[in-house]
Amino acid sequence: MSQLIPPAIIPYVMPLVYAVVIVAVLPLMAGYIVLLERKVMADMQARLGPMRVGPHGLLQPIADAVKLLLKEDIIPNDADRFMFYVAPLVSVTMALLAYAAMPFGPAFQIADLNVGLLFILAVSSLGIYGIVLGGWASNSHYSLLGALRSAAQLVSYETAAGLGLVSALLLAGSLSMKDIVQAQADQGVWFILVAPIGFFVYLVGSIAETNRAPFDLPEAESELVAGYMTEYSGFRWSLYFLAEYANMIIVAGIATTLFLGGWLRPFPRLHQHLIGTSLELLDALPSLIFIAIALYCFRLAPRQPVRIQKLVMAAAGGLCLLLAGAMAGSLFASPAVMQGVHGGFWFMVKVMAYLYAFLWIRFTFPRYRFDQLMRLGWRFLIPLALVNVMGVGTAIVLQQLWGWDPRGAELVTLAATIGVALLLAHEDEKPASQPLAEGE
Amino acid sequence: MAPTMISPDYYLMLSLALFTIGVIGVLTRRNVIIILMSIELILNAVNINLVAFSRLWGDVNGQVFAIFIITDAAAEAAVGLGIILAFFRNRETLLADEMDLLKW
Amino acid sequence: MFSHTVFYFFALLAVASAIMMVTRRNIIHSAVYLITTLLATAGIFLQLDAEFLFVVQIILYVGGIMVLFVFVIMLVNLDVSLRLVQFNHQRFVAGALALILGGQVFIAFRVGRGVLPHPVLRSMSPKNTEAVGDALFTHYMLPFEIASILLLVAMIGAVVMAKRRV
Repeated sequence: MSQLIPPAIIPYVMPLVYAVVIVAVLPLMAGYIVLLERKVMADMQARLGPMRVGPHGLLQPIADAVKLLLKEDIIPNDADRFMFYVAPLVSVTMALLAYAAMPFGPAFQIADLNVGLLFILAVSSLGIYGIVLGGWASNSHYSLLGALRSAAQLVSYETAAGLGLVSALLLAGSLSMKDIVQAQADQGVWFILVAPIGFFVYLVGSIAETNRAPFDLPEAESELVAGYMTEYSGFRWSLYFLAEYANMIIVAGIATTLFLGGWLRPFPRLHQHLIGTSLELLDALPSLIFIAIALYCFRLAPRQPVRIQKLVMAAAGGLCLLLAGAMAGSLFASPAVMQGVHGGFWFMVKVMAYLYAFLWIRFTFPRYRFDQLMRLGWRFLIPLALVNVMGVGTAIVLQQLWGWDPRGAELVTLAATIGVALLLAHEDEKPASQPLAEGE
Repeated sequence: MAPTMISPDYYLMLSLALFTIGVIGVLTRRNVIIILMSIELILNAVNINLVAFSRLWGDVNGQVFAIFIITDAAAEAAVGLGIILAFFRNRETLLADEMDLLKW
Repeated sequence: MFSHTVFYFFALLAVASAIMMVTRRNIIHSAVYLITTLLATAGIFLQLDAEFLFVVQIILYVGGIMVLFVFVIMLVNLDVSLRLVQFNHQRFVAGALALILGGQVFIAFRVGRGVLPHPVLRSMSPKNTEAVGDALFTHYMLPFEIASILLLVAMIGAVVMAKRRV
């Protein structure tokens, strides 16, 4: 690479290349995550999902995109035109801006800011304006109410999610995303094993942050029509939509970096070597995973009813075998290439797992009513997050100042935090069990 | 790497410009919400000043003071807006000219 | 050269947005222009190597205080306010006084430059967040605690003021 481009401009060219890659790939990825969601929803509901448009529905996102682009652009009569144009742009811009500090692998990061994590949080909190201004500009009661509710929810759960992140930050000791992953590599453990309650708080907070079920009251179809997106159609709606899914990938990326070890493989410090070589056994996992998927595809291929589906399944199997080969091949290349390829693989696997958890939770739990949602945020999640921060801080103090064993300190404070969580949950149940209309 | 900074005069002039615009906003507008927003603008102008001199002297105290000012502005905005809401519920007006309950 | 360009970009954005904010008829447009001013100020902070203050400005000021403002504006929305007179009847005197004040401070700056010794640029710790955190929790511990009590009092006050009396 350094022979093709003069070294002096590499710091300016590489971020640009990464940015172009991200902006080009992201809408496609968002579209395919929607397809994934529909397929997973269908699987959990014992049906098949989109199968018509392209084999196994693989061209469905493209059909949706074309439809949205060709739809009529309607602007309500008395709408504030300037705000109406600008609001979806604000949402999408902030969602995409957060990718500037997100590390997708040891080599793939646009900018390693010293305050990278706070930058992503700050930019995510700016996305609220896209919602609020959009709801306002639509000049419609439903939109305004949906926008205000959504903004209130976002602001409340942003606090809780941030506090959940603080507990992992205490362990990492730096705000730079690269340093956080490096700290997990140095300590040899993913932070989810050290601060699981922090992960739980962040999981719930991030589901509410992205307006996903069960916290999707502001935009659910049977509630306020579609909330702040009611009056938007065609391309403007697809911008909001893109912003929502881009936000989902961002929160998954933050959770992966902070709690799930970023681009590290499981057991990052376990160096069991293949006898006689310098290859590590655990580095064969990516190839094994891909080979397993390929075998599964080949097993399913003959059972497909239609010939084109058989061909596509077989092609998917072949693609997985190719990727397995690439993963194995990179083991023999330079360490930087191996780190980059494997790091990217593990990061994507973890992000996909987190997104799968989102989808799973969506199709399992019923929706929260708005007052239940706010009560959960302020009266359960934020106290739990605060106690968790105190707990993790206590564990660090016990281990550094008083010399306790690290695992022992963490277990003791974890037990204390879980005790407090149970107390909070028990105390929270009592008001909700009373009948709602009681003279108020 | 040697520290670089453009002359603090630039930041002083910017801070002065924002401060003057804020003062004009406070003194000339009738809508109390815009008066409150102009006060936020004044506080921001002061922050720019503090941070510029913190950079010049290499001292982090200026930034700490700016953080306290931001905290203060948050508290003041919250209470001020609460008062405006309460007043609005009683008198249905947002104009500073018409908030003259003490006059007879 | 590059830093001058960056400074002029942010400074012009800040001043233009501030002027727009103070002159708009529609309160929501004023709020949006204040948001742009605050973001430009955050950019100035970043240029001055104050990276922690940059994110704090965005999270607290733009993501917190301005959301509060926008909420309240939407709650007290008066369509009739768009047709009222926007500037009060003391505007010329007030404007003149504000400009005189600005001029005074400007003259103070110009005169002071010749009188006071010009300071030498010193370097600052590259770990800005750690330095701010250190200062906040050691030298400024008492103001920090007082600020948290102030926020608590403000929170209670705002809730009490804005609650509906049943």
